[in-house]
Amino acid sequence: MSTVFIAFQTNETSRGIVEAIEDDNPNAVVSEMPALVKVDVPDSMTIRRSTVEEKLGRRFDLQEMHVHLITLSGHIDESDDEFNLSWKQ
Amino acid sequence: MQIDLRTVTIKPIRQTFTHIADRIGPDKAASRYQEATLNVQADANFHYRPTWDPDHEIFDASRSALVMKDWYAFKDPRQYYYATYTIARARMQETAEADFEFIERRGLADTFNSAAAQKALDLLVPLRHVAWGSNMNNSSICAYGYGTSFTAPCIFQAMDQLGIAQYLTRVGLLFGDAGTLDDAKQAWTTGAEWQELRRYVEDTLVLQDPVELFVAQNLVLDGLLFPLVYEKFDAALTAEAGPTVSMLLRFQADWFAETSRWVDATIKTAAGESAANAALLSGWVAAWRDRAVTALSPVMDMALGADAPAALADVVSAFDARAAKCGLAI
Repeated sequence: MSTVFIAFQTNETSRGIVEAIEDDNPNAVVSEMPALVKVDVPDSMTIRRSTVEEKLGRRFDLQEMHVHLITLSGHIDESDDEFNLSWKQ
Repeated sequence: MQIDLRTVTIKPIRQTFTHIADRIGPDKAASRYQEATLNVQADANFHYRPTWDPDHEIFDASRSALVMKDWYAFKDPRQYYYATYTIARARMQETAEADFEFIERRGLADTFNSAAAQKALDLLVPLRHVAWGSNMNNSSICAYGYGTSFTAPCIFQAMDQLGIAQYLTRVGLLFGDAGTLDDAKQAWTTGAEWQELRRYVEDTLVLQDPVELFVAQNLVLDGLLFPLVYEKFDAALTAEAGPTVSMLLRFQADWFAETSRWVDATIKTAAGESAANAALLSGWVAAWRDRAVTALSPVMDMALGADAPAALADVVSAFDARAAKCGLAI
């Protein structure tokens, strides 16, 4: 089993994104590091715009995520509503 | 000499303030909204009761008939505290200013159909007095209500209504002149079609129960007035004479959609607390809704003519569905 991960700078916006990832991916493991927060999920990870919006209390464009993004691993499949990471080709 | 760089993780002893940790647990970092809101309400060491109201403490949950085990059960889904609120409004204001500038620079107000412009002025400019009433009412809810997560958004709401009154005034000045404002005030205080609405606004000004006032103002009056004016009337005017005025009403339309989320969440939380609360709120909503319909019908007759009854019925049924979704039975 392989793991995908994503890491953000620690700030107010990424707090909401990470909470949304935890809600939508029950197997997510969050590790807090200095100024960085990394989320590992086995196999695949989904970030939903609707969940992030609910956590942040405002409209959110998934592209906005890239401002806070440090690094990630996995193949990306993204739409306006979802951002998916997985090892599936 | 060799220097090894390594990362040392220093775990903070405290994630947040104790009074916040009491609510969200000690191991979780608090959001700015939580830090600005949770357990901020003063609840002890009041010493003397106010001379103007010796039956209550200065901050007293029993001013309302609504009973909440925990007034912090209310959450603002927009998570507004000072910073997020001002940033959100600054954005909306920038858009609105650009809209006004667009109309002014192209002289679109001067070429607008004058009969349609008069119709818009007759309806919109007196509404600035309604917005001012809401400013007073929401300030009152903030002053006499209990629990920061319930009261703080009300003072934002009060400021917003002041802004709306100013935008309505600017529409008046753009399509008319300073005399337009005097005429509108004259219509508001003496015009037959406005008196029921004025009675509604003035009666809410003296409501003592902050939650009943919240229902009468933010849920019922705004919930019927905004769809009628900024959807029905706006659409009718646009069909008749083009979208010039509609552009200038964008702030109100966007604002209503946004604040409704907060009003709905608040009512839903209060009604979900207990059957007694749901019954109390339903009674208030039913009573104030009927009064609001009486108050708004003559105004909409003036604005929409023969289409008014259908528009009103449409908006009322949408309002009933909204109330039902919040857990009320009316």
